[in-house]
Amino acid sequence: MTDAAFTLTIDGTVVAAKPGQTIMEAADAAGIYIPRLCDHQGLRHQGGCRVCTVKAAGRSVAACTQPAAPGLAVENETPHLHALRRDLVEMLFHEGNHLCPICEASGNCELQAMAYRLGMIEPSKFPYLEPTRPVDASHPDIALDTNRCISCGRCIRASEDVDGKGVFGYVGRGIHRRVAVDGADLAHTDAALSDHAVSADVCPVGCIIRKREGFRVPIGERDFDHHLIGETIAEKRR
Amino acid sequence: MHAQAELPDQVADEACARVGNDRHRLLDVLLTVQHRCRWIAPAAIDRIAARLGLTALAVRGVASFYSFLSLEPRGHITIRLCDDIIDRHAGYDGVLAAFEDALGIRLGGISADGAVSLDATPCIGLCDQAPAAMVNDVVLAGLTPERARDAARALKAGARPEDLVSPVFDSLSAHERVRAAVANNIRLSGDVLLGEVPREAGLRRALALTPEQIIAAITASGLRGCGGAGFPAGRKWEAAAREAAARRFIICNADEGEPGTFKDRVLLTERPHLLIEGMTIAARAVGAREGILYLRGEYAYLRDHLEAVLAERRAAGLLGVGILGTPGFDFDIRLQLGAGAYICGEEGALISSCEGLRGEPKTRPPFPVQRGYLGFPTVVNSVETLCHAARILDRGPEWFFAMGTPGSHGTKLFSVSGDCRAPGIYELPYGVSVQELLHLAGAEDAAAVQVGGPSGVMIGRDSFHRQLSFDDLATGGAIIVFSGARNILEIVDYYLSFFVHESCGYCTPCRVGNVFLREAIAKFRNGHANAEDVAYLRSLSATIIETSRCGLGTTSPNPVLSTLAHFPLVYSVVTKPSDDGLQATFDIQSAIENARGIAKRRSFVFDRDFSQ
Repeated sequence: MTDAAFTLTIDGTVVAAKPGQTIMEAADAAGIYIPRLCDHQGLRHQGGCRVCTVKAAGRSVAACTQPAAPGLAVENETPHLHALRRDLVEMLFHEGNHLCPICEASGNCELQAMAYRLGMIEPSKFPYLEPTRPVDASHPDIALDTNRCISCGRCIRASEDVDGKGVFGYVGRGIHRRVAVDGADLAHTDAALSDHAVSADVCPVGCIIRKREGFRVPIGERDFDHHLIGETIAEKRR
Repeated sequence: MHAQAELPDQVADEACARVGNDRHRLLDVLLTVQHRCRWIAPAAIDRIAARLGLTALAVRGVASFYSFLSLEPRGHITIRLCDDIIDRHAGYDGVLAAFEDALGIRLGGISADGAVSLDATPCIGLCDQAPAAMVNDVVLAGLTPERARDAARALKAGARPEDLVSPVFDSLSAHERVRAAVANNIRLSGDVLLGEVPREAGLRRALALTPEQIIAAITASGLRGCGGAGFPAGRKWEAAAREAAARRFIICNADEGEPGTFKDRVLLTERPHLLIEGMTIAARAVGAREGILYLRGEYAYLRDHLEAVLAERRAAGLLGVGILGTPGFDFDIRLQLGAGAYICGEEGALISSCEGLRGEPKTRPPFPVQRGYLGFPTVVNSVETLCHAARILDRGPEWFFAMGTPGSHGTKLFSVSGDCRAPGIYELPYGVSVQELLHLAGAEDAAAVQVGGPSGVMIGRDSFHRQLSFDDLATGGAIIVFSGARNILEIVDYYLSFFVHESCGYCTPCRVGNVFLREAIAKFRNGHANAEDVAYLRSLSATIIETSRCGLGTTSPNPVLSTLAHFPLVYSVVTKPSDDGLQATFDIQSAIENARGIAKRRSFVFDRDFSQ
């Protein structure tokens, strides 16, 4: 294998890439946004939410983990992929309790913003699973409401790889798989407000809550009140 | 009656010491603790975490993944009834009732003294002698309510589970113990695996060849992976051999978890030397010095037998340093026991499990042949594939290539179970028709056949002429026969519940979508479905298949899709036209069921018989 740069196409646009880059990394660098929830700047790729599903050479793959390859023809913004992604986002909504009007994350929430971007504007056909998980408000500075967790694992990777702590991790299997903390509750972990894992933009939803910061930015002036999710990446191209 | 429970932290210390405090052996540590303490207590978790340099959460994450590891106390005698659909058809309910009655506990319960617990578990590979159960490390097959009641009473009276298998269990060899518990039910022996097999003939021939020549022979034979996916074995070996690496591994996938499959059970019982011979040949071909035999937790009763085979081979110079006097040819195998997780049959998940992690599939690429176990090139082959490989080296690739069909060479072991007179193992060349196999098995009443288990397809009589081969009906070997008396929707419902239970939960579509699919089928079974729901089944299935991360999610909707295709009437007879053109998404009766329980009365509005 050589280290020479190469090109691929995304919806017909020629994009430069380097060996070792994923399709999403190449797209981001070129200012093409591929929707994603579990992937996050600076963290290991997980490939779990599947919202970044693209067609690469006709095969459906997760753009966040699939390596870019010379000459690869990638489809991103197609009605078919749009429908798949909306199904996946709806599944996440229905798996947890996502009641936007009463959630502090509303307006900053990537799940909500993704629903808007994908046109999820009417009640979905899926059933609601309505979990009833206890809220963990034991920590003086941080609260955890896993009823709103989308199992993206961003906090897990941030705590393990950036903070070097391992405060968060998965337990259980299948539909019972969820994020848990390394202790009886959050107060019995070494989680701190300065952890990257609990910083405002790692949790994409309103699951990890920083206490006494709620509503500091009023509804209407939040990140996604003014622009669609992904626009900051797409702006690079303009 | 039972030995005093051991202290969890002491057991954890010993278990960690036994694996040299190697965190990659976490599954072994947890299995030891589970075995001796009957659960993974918090004190054990903390001690294991400290010894292996992990967080307690990481240990809990692994322990909570596997069905046979428990975070709550289980009985000194842990009974796990197999509740596969075949067992249900064969009298599971009666056996369960007998156990519950005689033990005085309900399913999922544990007796007050902690002596016995009773649980259900998916297919344990005994569909040809269902209903069956695991009792600690032994299995009971061909259960009847009477046998169950006798077994429960004997256990309560202090008998060991082993005594239920044979009154002279202790005097039997490891192989005899397996044979005493389980019948092989070999109905038809073919030329390759179950006929006469000379010992070590393939290995001796392999030693006269170069590694490249061995791989060339496997490639020329046309051998494809027998676990279901059918990847050419020669290409897999060659890819692993090509990688520059300090270590390479051969892993035998003996985690046959596909409901209805039990061929590996029979090979492991009757052809263990052939299997290890195949692994040794693979090691020679790809340059591996280390191997792992990953045995599903449900086959724990085969462990002593397989360890005895490994020991015998070490003593005979067939494993270890300088195999058969060949300088530089070193290879040995460790046995890794699983702990109840179907997903570990997926090669990436199997490797994760061997590494002491949650059994989640790995991101591909890189593929295991590039970076597998501990990051080294790893060949993962099924039991049957490796046995075939040894035979191919003995008899030559042309011999193997000549059998079967143009795209599927050699023979295949079919595990036949369900509504037939002669359930068991049939070794036949690829290309045999479903009809021929049904005739051999005495399944004249077959109305539906599940080919390849739940992840395969269900076909009806109009498809029985089709061939079992990679070019027509591909299968890992499970052939489950259903008569016209069976309820197809019940079977579909069961298989979806199985996939929900076994999904690892890593990716959204498989974790969540399969739950929705099961709920949608329940709607059909409850008579609330209309034509829109059929379209919904199809579109949800398509999303799950297209976006799932591994083979579990890309096949889990197959029971729905194949029955929609082959048994459309089953759906249409329970589909009601909708009066208002709307889709029922809400069932008031099930919604208020909880409230009925809390209020301890019926609903004035929604129960017509309120006055009663």
